[in-house]
Amino acid sequence: MTNELDIFVGNTTLIDEDVYRLWLDGYSVSDAVGLRVRSGILEQTGATAGVLQSDTMDHYRTFHMLERLLHTPPKLLHQLVFQIPPSRQALLIERYYAFDEAFVREVLGKKLSKGTKKDLDDISTKTGVTLKSCRRQFDNFKRVFKVVEEMRGSLAGNIQQHFLLSDRLARDYAAVVFFANNRFETGKKKLQYLTFGDLAFCAELMIQNWTPGAVDSQVDDMDVDLDKEFLQDLKELKVLVADKDLLDLHKSLVCTALRGKLSVFPEMEANFKNLSRGLVNIASKLTHTKDVRDLFVDLVEKAPGPLGSLHGHAAQLPPAHVPRLRPRSPDARPACPLLGPAAKGGGGRGIPGQPRSSPPRSARSPGPGARTSRPQPPSAPGRLPPGPGSGPSCPVEWGGGGTGSRAGQGNPAPRGRS
Amino acid sequence: MPGKLKVKIVAGRHLPVMDRASDLTDAFVEVKFGNMTFKTDVYHKSLNPQWNSEWFKFEVDDEDLQDEPLQITVLDHDTYSANDAIGKVYIDIDPLLYSEAATVISGWFPIYDTIHGIRGEINVVVKVDLFNDLNRFRQSSCGVKFFCTTSIPKCYRAVIIHGFVEELVVNEDPEYQWIDRIRTPRASNEARQRLISLMSGELQRKIGLKVLEMRGNAVVGYLQCFDLEGESGLVVRAIGTACTLDKLSSTAAFLPACNSPSKEMKESPLVHPPSHGCRSTHNSPIHTATGSRLTQNFSVSVPTLIYTGMGSGSAGKEGGPFKALLRQQTQSALEQREFPFFTLTAFPPGFLVHVGGVVSARSVKLLDRIHNPDEPETRDAWWAEIRQEIKSHAKALGCHAVVGYSESTSICEEVCILSASGTAAVLNPRFLQDGTVEGCLEQRQEENLPAGCGFCHIPYDELNMPFPAHLTYCYSCRKQKVPDVLFTTIDLPTDATVIGKGCLIQARLCRLKKKAQAEANATAISNLLPFMEYEVHTQLMNKLKLKGMNALFGLRIQITVGENMLMGLASATGVYLTALPTPGGIQIAGKTPNDGSYEQHISHMQKKINDTIAKNKELYEINPPEIPEEIIGSPIPEPRQRSRLLRSQSESSDEVIELDLSHGKKDAFVLEIDDTDAMEDVHSLLTDVPPPSGFYSCNTEIMPGINNWTSEIQMFTSVRVSRLSNINLTNQTLNKNFNDLCENLLKSLYFKLRSMIPCCLCHVNFTVSLPEDELIQVTVTAVAITFDKHQAVQTTKTHVEKSLQRASTDNEELLQFPLELCTDSLGPHPFSPAKEHLESASSNSGIPAAQRATSIDYSSFADRCNSWIELIKLKAQTIRRGSIKTTVSVEKASPLTEGHFRQRSAPACANSTVGVVKMTPLSFIPGAKITKYLGIINMFFIRETTSLREEGGVSGFLHAFIAEVFAMVRAHVAALGGNAVVSYIMKQCVFMENPNKNQAQCLINVSGDAVIFVRESELEIMSTQQPIASCQPACGGGEIAT
Repeated sequence: MTNELDIFVGNTTLIDEDVYRLWLDGYSVSDAVGLRVRSGILEQTGATAGVLQSDTMDHYRTFHMLERLLHTPPKLLHQLVFQIPPSRQALLIERYYAFDEAFVREVLGKKLSKGTKKDLDDISTKTGVTLKSCRRQFDNFKRVFKVVEEMRGSLAGNIQQHFLLSDRLARDYAAVVFFANNRFETGKKKLQYLTFGDLAFCAELMIQNWTPGAVDSQVDDMDVDLDKEFLQDLKELKVLVADKDLLDLHKSLVCTALRGKLSVFPEMEANFKNLSRGLVNIASKLTHTKDVRDLFVDLVEKAPGPLGSLHGHAAQLPPAHVPRLRPRSPDARPACPLLGPAAKGGGGRGIPGQPRSSPPRSARSPGPGARTSRPQPPSAPGRLPPGPGSGPSCPVEWGGGGTGSRAGQGNPAPRGRS
Repeated sequence: MPGKLKVKIVAGRHLPVMDRASDLTDAFVEVKFGNMTFKTDVYHKSLNPQWNSEWFKFEVDDEDLQDEPLQITVLDHDTYSANDAIGKVYIDIDPLLYSEAATVISGWFPIYDTIHGIRGEINVVVKVDLFNDLNRFRQSSCGVKFFCTTSIPKCYRAVIIHGFVEELVVNEDPEYQWIDRIRTPRASNEARQRLISLMSGELQRKIGLKVLEMRGNAVVGYLQCFDLEGESGLVVRAIGTACTLDKLSSTAAFLPACNSPSKEMKESPLVHPPSHGCRSTHNSPIHTATGSRLTQNFSVSVPTLIYTGMGSGSAGKEGGPFKALLRQQTQSALEQREFPFFTLTAFPPGFLVHVGGVVSARSVKLLDRIHNPDEPETRDAWWAEIRQEIKSHAKALGCHAVVGYSESTSICEEVCILSASGTAAVLNPRFLQDGTVEGCLEQRQEENLPAGCGFCHIPYDELNMPFPAHLTYCYSCRKQKVPDVLFTTIDLPTDATVIGKGCLIQARLCRLKKKAQAEANATAISNLLPFMEYEVHTQLMNKLKLKGMNALFGLRIQITVGENMLMGLASATGVYLTALPTPGGIQIAGKTPNDGSYEQHISHMQKKINDTIAKNKELYEINPPEIPEEIIGSPIPEPRQRSRLLRSQSESSDEVIELDLSHGKKDAFVLEIDDTDAMEDVHSLLTDVPPPSGFYSCNTEIMPGINNWTSEIQMFTSVRVSRLSNINLTNQTLNKNFNDLCENLLKSLYFKLRSMIPCCLCHVNFTVSLPEDELIQVTVTAVAITFDKHQAVQTTKTHVEKSLQRASTDNEELLQFPLELCTDSLGPHPFSPAKEHLESASSNSGIPAAQRATSIDYSSFADRCNSWIELIKLKAQTIRRGSIKTTVSVEKASPLTEGHFRQRSAPACANSTVGVVKMTPLSFIPGAKITKYLGIINMFFIRETTSLREEGGVSGFLHAFIAEVFAMVRAHVAALGGNAVVSYIMKQCVFMENPNKNQAQCLINVSGDAVIFVRESELEIMSTQQPIASCQPACGGGEIAT
């Protein structure tokens, strides 16, 4: 006697979190049943394998029906077919859009095209994430990308609005979209030590400071592309290397700002010139698409070279390279040099009146302090404050911020508030 | 006599893409009522069209208003070819036809297509202006209220319970008309849906007329079913109990209702003239027709068992003056009625005097091929015949009424089994007539009440009882006789005292039969039926004893006929009634006592059974107080009691009974194992696994012994279809398969709902059907309710306390609060002025309100991501505000005068999250007060697919369909302004598949009562905050309360 049909429909849709996870992880029904049996659920509940099979099938069917709605989460909220409490809806969406660290590291910076999708089985073998789950994650990236690609307004904000993701996940997706759009190379072996968190952190800072949206909140693609004008301006940073006076001034400003805040301060101070040169060289080449793509590779390959002894402190280094690039924003912007503290209230951004639903992940508290304390070198043109010590908030990242940014990936928010 | 129906089409959303080229849809809407049709403009290129139409007005007879459904069709405009249908919405406008229910229907309805399922939603507003009609000869019955609930609805009081009403309507099934060969499946399905909708309307109207004729104003326990008789047609039939209900308007009205009814009767303005005679006009012609019609049709009447015994112990000698008096009065009240039947299963206190036992009747009929829809007399006659039989069975038990009455059919090809069952009972006449009854009867009544055992006392005469029932003196009052076991189809009376908890008891049975045609087939079936009945009865009895219990409530026996087998499934809730004697054990007797090993085996079995009984007693907490043997053996009433007995001159029968008692205590139920069959039976007895700890189940409204319900409920439907392997099917393997199917289904339910522990599955309703040769389909609908394990309320609370409690809660109910407060009851309202403004106002002020509104419903969920959920809502709301403006326009469109009624529901649909609608098969919602009944929900859907595999196979198809049916029920309730469906029942779920053709079809019929409920906790909050709230400018109490 076999069951041809076996269903259970509740007025409130039953969602089993464990089964949902198994489904998201791409396990087949029989695998999922096997895993559930191993979890000892049969002993706990006194159920039989048949019951478990039927239960799993049922949940899988429900999830399958829900998947269509999960592709456009606002629909899940409005639909009438499944009565699901809001907390459960949130859970469904959040889990559906969650992704594996290993997987995202493979895809980050790649074009979200059919070609990449074909490589998913390789990625699946490499990462140990099931192909099904890879596909879901890839499709999620692609779907989010398509929706927010051409949209006005804050990237993370748009994602959050259209996919109802948590703040944190929305920002991660913003990073994925940003990387995919600019096609930054992240797959090189040398970059393997960087986690997604590290890169997402960089992406966030770049979105905040390097995109057209950093200046004008009403442009299309404001958070997705790099600001051409800004990249052009970076060329002028060369003066910091070429002009001895400026170099010294720059050095002294940076050192003043960083003193005591950096464990590798002596090395930094000793190598300042090399460091600065390396970074300025990278910065000045960013007008070429190719070089933009290789930004991270270059930062690791070329900038550290002159850093010399800094290499010994691997633990502190990785994020440190990149954050160094970050800070130009507040002071660089003509509008805001002195608005540091006020701007912080506006969302950590130097542009007054700019709505920022998601404050930058970086430590906000130290930021403003640093900013206010730092008078801008008068010579700095436009957005200049470049280079290694490029800016006031640099210290934050370099020392505490550097390591912190990694550790802080887990929960940036508390850090920001502290 | 006309009424004016007004319809406005506001907007649509989530429409399907109908134009592949643009990925958009050019949608418009046709609104049809009767023969009139209106159309909206085409809204070009949008999946979220905003029609915002004018009011379409239909001026129609109220007869049509009752019969016809409002039909809304959404279409895609196509310039060059025929317009494509997107889907339809049928709206039953009946709830708008009586004043106390809903006043407007407004909300989002799923657009349903019989081939594609739900395709988007449409926002509709419907109103009715009724003109008063005093026409005596009218054919409509507007104003009669219908309730599916099988008890007196919570916010009403029964003034008079008139009795049984029934009606049936017959039509040709569109599926079997010649035209069906040339039309599309969609057209055919829609024709069917429409027809059934029409027939239900007509049926309801006709029943309403009968009620008016009886001077009632409501039908309670309304049960409507349809029989798909295939080629011979489609029968829609309904039964119910006509009542005169009074809306509870003050606390005072309730208390007297149970204590001094006579006084109350006088107060009530309703006069009920004793001229019942007029009623019979509807039924009398049938009787004359009966004889002649039946000769044409083959018909077999099946001898039926009366479950308290077998005999026909007619009410020969009266037991005592009290009984006699009672009987006389009841008789006089009831004899005017052709069928003194009541579909109720729970009654006002004092209504039920004695319960005789279950009476049932079945009859096998051959469906006639030639059919004249205008003369449904055949079907009427069939049912009349069965009812007559039930009536005579009840008489045999010394009862004049049948309560908990229900009817059902099972059809296979051209054979049809009609079944009816109920509980024979003696009723207190005071509810049946106006207040002329009091005096000594009244006093007797009250003396009996406190013990809570009165209903157990036998109504029949002990002397003339040919069947072997063991009578003892009632264990509670020791005055009257009680049987050793009691089977009933009703719910456990509220005043009954039980020990321990109850449990679901099922008897399952299969019998193979040869395939045959027509008469031969019918004969074969009718020959099998008595044996099945007998066996079901035995199984029930055995299982009851095994559980250590002595009474069954809510007994429902279903016999299903298939091509080559018959299935019997009986479900009931077993309890231990304190008034009844402790059940004896089960004793096994072997046939060949000489054989040593056999003996050993037997004794081993016996031990196992005894162990099981002991275990069950522990499990269900059955520990009756030990009563000294001699008291039981010879009841020695206390002097005072004795004197009363003497006075009542009933000692004659007392003495005689001593003989019976010799059998009394030791009446171990003997199971004789004489062949392998019996062996199987015993084994199957022992294979029933009790539910896992923390779970209880019953098929009655509430679980006896549990009364501390918490508010979490989960209604569900589960369907299983099993294919039997065809090789050497025997009765044994069949039985085992069927047993396993049911047991596994239950196990699955326990597993699925494990997160709700401790909880109880209530109103577990099994339905078995045999759609094909080797297929068995079992459908279960039930509700899981959580309860608090620790705060057990004293179960021995006396009746008085209970009624006091009830009175006090009713008191609360009477304070009329703004309904608005129901959803957002926290604190004074920051947004009181007007909700319209809220919608269009800045998001800052609107959002907190919305958040609060919804978060309350889910306060029980410990949500980690609470703040973030709110954010989601916030986002969703802003999205909505940006892209779909409909909600705002709804608000603005409805004129304020009417609008204030909708204050509650309109924001609900405006809210980002869809308002929660609870569904339950019970008549109440734990932890909540039902404040208003909005009308009956009775819906019929067909779904068909020609791409079964693509939709996830049969399971995927049916899963989606049932989910959609729930969604449509919820949407209709929400549109009526309600937030729950009570007494929900899935009356039919007919599933047919043809995997080879990749096709499947399913028909579902559901019904229930739409209600508004308020959480008791919120009531408390509201009552404390009432003064504050009313201080607020626009939040005044009376404004919204209707």
